Order: sequence, then C-alpha cells, then structure tokens
Amino acid sequence: MTTLLIARMTFDEALRRKMIWAVLFLSAVFLVMYAFGFQLLRDDIVEFDRSRGGVPSEALPYDVQASAMVLLGLYTVNFLAGIMTIFAAVGSIAGEIESGTLHAVIPKPLARWEIIAGKYLGFFAMIAAYLALMVTGVVLTSRFIGAYTPPNIIHGTALLILVSAILLSLTMLGSTIFSTMANGVIVFMLYGMAVTGGLVEQIGNALDNDTMVTIGILTSVVVPSDSIWKLASYVVQPSVAVNLIGPNPFGTSAPPSDMAVRYAIVYCATLVITSMLVFRRRDI
Amino acid sequence: MAIDVASRSTGAQTEATPEPPKPDVPFAVETRSLRKVYGRSVAVAGLSLTVRQGEVFGFLGPNGAGKTTSVKMLMGLIRPTSGEARLLGRPLGDREAKRKIGFLPELFRFHDWLSGEELLDIHGKLYGMSAAERRRRVPEVLELVGLAHRRKDPLRSYSKGMQQRAGLAQALLNDPSVVFLDEPTSALDPMGRLEVRNIIRDLRHAGKTVFLNSHLLSEVEMVCDRVTIINGGEVAATGTVRDLVKREPVVDLVIGAWRPEIATLLEQRGIIRDLEQTSSGRTTIRLALIDDEAIAQVVEDLVHAAAPVYAVTPHAPTLEELFLEIVSASGQGSEQ
Repeated sequence: MTTLLIARMTFDEALRRKMIWAVLFLSAVFLVMYAFGFQLLRDDIVEFDRSRGGVPSEALPYDVQASAMVLLGLYTVNFLAGIMTIFAAVGSIAGEIESGTLHAVIPKPLARWEIIAGKYLGFFAMIAAYLALMVTGVVLTSRFIGAYTPPNIIHGTALLILVSAILLSLTMLGSTIFSTMANGVIVFMLYGMAVTGGLVEQIGNALDNDTMVTIGILTSVVVPSDSIWKLASYVVQPSVAVNLIGPNPFGTSAPPSDMAVRYAIVYCATLVITSMLVFRRRDI
Repeated sequence: MAIDVASRSTGAQTEATPEPPKPDVPFAVETRSLRKVYGRSVAVAGLSLTVRQGEVFGFLGPNGAGKTTSVKMLMGLIRPTSGEARLLGRPLGDREAKRKIGFLPELFRFHDWLSGEELLDIHGKLYGMSAAERRRRVPEVLELVGLAHRRKDPLRSYSKGMQQRAGLAQALLNDPSVVFLDEPTSALDPMGRLEVRNIIRDLRHAGKTVFLNSHLLSEVEMVCDRVTIINGGEVAATGTVRDLVKREPVVDLVIGAWRPEIATLLEQRGIIRDLEQTSSGRTTIRLALIDDEAIAQVVEDLVHAAAPVYAVTPHAPTLEELFLEIVSASGQGSEQ
C-alpha cells in the first residue's frame, strides 16, 4: 500500500517538472513533423511509381522504405524516453535528501525499501505510459499516412520499455549513492558509452575486428540498453527489410538472443535490490 | 566541575521520581550507549538516557554537541555505529512504534506546490490513516497550529514560520504518543513561540510525551519537566530543571565602609565570586555560601564589623548558567 502511495506521489511529482513538459512538447513537435515527413515520403514514392508506369520498384520495395521510416521514428522515441528517464529519476533519492523532504517521510511507519520500490514504480509507470503513447503515434502515422503496419509492435514496445527500465535502474542506484549532479554526469556517460559501444561492436563485426567486438560486448554487459534496443528494432522490421538494409546505426541484422532479454531483466532486478540495500544503510 | 555536576544529577534523579514508573509501561525513549562515529570524528560518544511516558523532556546542548544526530538516530534517519535504542519499548524502525510517533525536523521541507491541506492528507496516508480519520484530523491540526485560514494556499507562499507550523501539524497529525520536536521555535517570532509552548503544554495535559530538542534555554526552562544536557556527544547533566539549578545560595551584597579585613571575614563563610567597588563608596560582592543559614550569619558578621549593609539580593541561578558552566568546563577538559 505504502509502495503504491509513494509511486503515486512520484508520478504526480514528475509531472510537476518543467523538464518533463519540455520532453512532452518536443515529442509532440516530433510526431507532427514525423507525420509530415511520412506523407512526403509516400507522395514521392507514389510519384516515382507513376513515372515508371505504376510498377513498384523491386530493388527497393515500399515496405522496406516505410519500415526504415518506422525505425527512424522508434529510434527517436527510444532516445527521448531515455533522456526523460534519466532526467526524471536523476535526483529521486539524492535530491530528496538534499531538499530535506525525506526527513519527514522516513520516520513514518514504512520501510526504506518501500520508498525505493514506490519511486521505481512511479517512474516506470510514467515512462511506460510515455512509450505506449509515442509508439502508438508512430504506428498510427505509419498505418494511416504510410499505409504500412510494422510487425510485432507489442513485442517491440515491451522491449523499448525494457530499455528505459535499464536506464531507470541505473539512475535510481546512482541516486542512492551520489549527489544529483554527480549522478547525472555518471549516468549520461554510461548511456553514451552504451550507444557508442553498440556502434563499435557493429563496426567491429563489419571489419572482422575481434577487439572492437569484445569492447562492444563488454559495454552491453555493463549497460545492456543498446543491445535491447537492437533487438527491439529487429523485431519490428519485416525480414525483407532486415536483409536488405543490413547493419546500420539504427538497427542490426544480427540481433542479440533471448539471453540478452533475460540478462537485462536480471540486471534491472539486481540494480533495484542493490539500491534498496544501499539506501537502507544510508545516513540522511 | 563536570564530576560535580554529574554527582548532582544522580541525586536529582532520585529526588525527581515521586512515583516509580510502572513496570508494564515502557519508557517513551530509552537509549543505551548510543554511538555515532563518522570516520575519525565522534558525533555521539555514547548516549544513555530514558524518557518516561507523559513527560516533557528537554534535550539541550551547544551547537555540535550531537543533539540533532541523536534525534536522527532515534528517527531512523541515521544508523547508529553501536549501542541500542528503544521507542515505546520497541526497537528502532519498528512499524508499530513509528505509527505512534510524530517528528518535526529541524527544517521542515516538503513539495512546495502542495497546499497545507494536501500536504497533511499525504502525510496522513503515510501514517496509514483512513480517509475518514484524515477528514476529521486534518482540519483539527490546521486549526491547532493556526493555519486554518491558509489551508488552500501552496506551501511556497508560506513564510518560514508558517512552513514550520505546517511541519508541526504534520508531526501531530496521527495523535502520537511521543512527539519529537527538533528546534521547533527557531523560525518563529515571539508570538509563534508562545503558541508552540502552549501546544506543548496542551500535549502534556493530554498525557503525551514530548522530546524537545532546543538551544533556547529559557524555553526549555519554561516547559520541560526534565532536562538532559549533552556535550561532546555525552550526557553532562540530567534531572528536573529545579533540581539541576538548585545549588548553594549565591547572594549579591552591597555594603559600605569596605576594608580588606571584611574580605577575610566573608571568606570564613563562603567564597567571593566577584567584587566591585562603585564610585559612591559602596562595594558589591557576589558571595557563594554553603546554605541559607549562612546568609543570616554573614549579615550578622557585617553588622558586628560596623560595615553597613545596603542590600542582600539572592542570586537565582538559571539553567543558562549551569549550561555555560558545563560547556566551559568540558571545553577546558578537551583542550588538555
């Protein structure tokens, strides 16, 4: 009960932040521009096909182009959700210690782990709602403007939520240890490292460079967000698109296995439990 | 000096217990050798104290004595390095005990967009109070702390003193058995202080225990039944205010016709603390005596010595003097 109360408080509190509204505004702007862009793409293709006497291109089928467009949309949504997660949760514990808010909460009849669990749940609910909304926006745009429906979109959304859950776990743990400012720097560095590590791995694969591949794998062990994104991007593309486009910064043709998902879930659970243990001993 | 105070405190403690606590009623607060060490610096050296249920307990000490650290340990905000503490007979962190405890932090802060009413509703939920209880209790405590007229306004529009009142309302919301107040009046004006003192008195009449952490000695003297003075993270003195300040009488004498023989005469009866000769030819002497009987004898001696006595003023010792004595005495000790 207390956990749900704190989750509710965290959710309400997050919606008070200007940062969140800035991200929501940017997201709305993005969706409008995305719909506009999709319309242009479709017009172009229709025009191109007509110039060829109504015969669609076989070298680059429409579905592949529309799928690339969807991937671009989801990549942006994933990025915005990541930023939002980190900004929202960066001071979740440290900030409340600094402001003195926790001084009046901890003496109440509740356990400290309930504070962590509640805050995690509150942020998770917010991010999941945001992702569901944004993916719906992208898919509806694709369907009604682009006349293309990407496959496995529920599965893909779940994986995108997992990406944000990884970042949330990392940010929460950091918040129980470091000050808000230090935590922000550390988590953004790790997030950047994960993205770069994923790229290094792909380039390593392309060049057959084992060292680069190893670096990539190691970074995805430390922060598995990028490997889950790769998996998400893989499942929402039709196989024809995956085979045709091949590896690129937004996706991959060699997705991580289900092991990666299991690892990511264990990773999140471990980080949350560690946060609880650290916070239990923390002097306020 | 410190030993002197300590021995007095044990005497005071036995005197100050008109009726021994019933064995089935646990102490409101009980600590044994509670200790907190940060790296190499000792914040609280080994705090042992007991607070009986129903008393207003003053917790005094100079800045840095470990008062706030001690209260934070009792409130579960800081983990003790060693030692033991119980609230209402239960170990620290016990949910049942926490339900019966109210706490006003030194600087009460909460999300400033909430109105006073919303703030209390959230804290009521945190206490596990039902919706009906909250509906009844929230207006009650707002009235009690004098915030009823501002209950719809956001906290950010409150003055410092009003924020502190909101914090006090939050601490009293669950009708606690034990209320911990950490410097409750430091942000208040004299009128606000008076009101808080009255609230504390009302709490005592309602049979509540109040643990008052304060550096305002006059305030503690006014409202507290019993006082513990800590210094350097240790208990320096404990007892009722009256017993702590009860000591050998000190009188201020104003006499005429001063000559050195009079000093010799006075020192047979007591100790001269201070001596000042005024321009009008009179001499003011502060004299510490063994008992009240000695006051009469000194006056008699002076009359025999043909020294006119203009005034004999008993000098009432205050808690402040005791406090300063303890602090300065141990200050010298730590320098050695």
